[in-house]
Amino acid sequence: MGERVSGPEQRRVDPDVDLAVPADRAELPAHPAAVLAAVSAGGVLGALARAGLSAALPHDPAGFPWPTFAVNLSGCLLIGVLMAVLTKRADPPVLARPFLGVGVLGGYTTFATHAVEARQLAADGAPTTALAYLAATLAGALLAVWVGYAATDRLTPSVGGTGAGQRAVRR
Amino acid sequence: MTALLVALGAAVGAPLRYLADRAVQDRFGARFPWGTLTVNVAGSLLLGFLLGLPLPPAAGVLLGTGLCGALTTYSTASYETLRLATAGRFRPAAANAVLGVAAAVAAAALGHLAATALPWA
Repeated sequence: MGERVSGPEQRRVDPDVDLAVPADRAELPAHPAAVLAAVSAGGVLGALARAGLSAALPHDPAGFPWPTFAVNLSGCLLIGVLMAVLTKRADPPVLARPFLGVGVLGGYTTFATHAVEARQLAADGAPTTALAYLAATLAGALLAVWVGYAATDRLTPSVGGTGAGQRAVRR
Repeated sequence: MTALLVALGAAVGAPLRYLADRAVQDRFGARFPWGTLTVNVAGSLLLGFLLGLPLPPAAGVLLGTGLCGALTTYSTASYETLRLATAGRFRPAAANAVLGVAAAVAAAALGHLAATALPWA
């Protein structure tokens, strides 16, 4: 993935914030209020979407936690799409990753809910369902993020050539 | 009312994840995604603890669905595992995937146990 893009973006592991990427390191000192407000506002939207979907989808407390499963897999598909789009751009908008990635998708998906759901299933005498839930989420999430990234990478033309993320954060 | 509580919790949880992630990377480097692992385990510990307490439903929505939900993330963790794997770093990738889930579930169980063992429960 990302073979046609060179530069600091190649060092990125963490899509939220990676201090090996100079633009990520610089964004908070440069615009602390804007970055934190973007993350916060995005987080609100993502969490509301998750809560809304969880309320809308039927869920048997003793069974497989389908709502959280659906939320986490769809969020993983979308982070793959988002990061492929941002990686292809030489100069992506400064607040795009903080708002959409850290905020919306980070607020939408949840690790804590999935962990407590698995614990609850195991405590309620359904350890097999708990393990199946953990394994299905892990495998499904990785497949989703890979499909999202690879499909978008293939369909999106590079914008502005190579060197994504090399330019300093600026207004 | 529920939506407002979710929003309030998430408004704090998401930037807290961003700041904690930066702080952990500042200290431990960015080669392995310790920052995300830390917030996911900490958030699972806190949510397990909260669910073991006799809390009113509104507090569960504010702190559980809102704060812990936005503090932790599955999308970021999965993308990190993919990045490590496609960089040929298969052992860190497997460690991030398996350790992340195992540590978070253990933390949730520990938090729940601590809450129910305390005198107020």
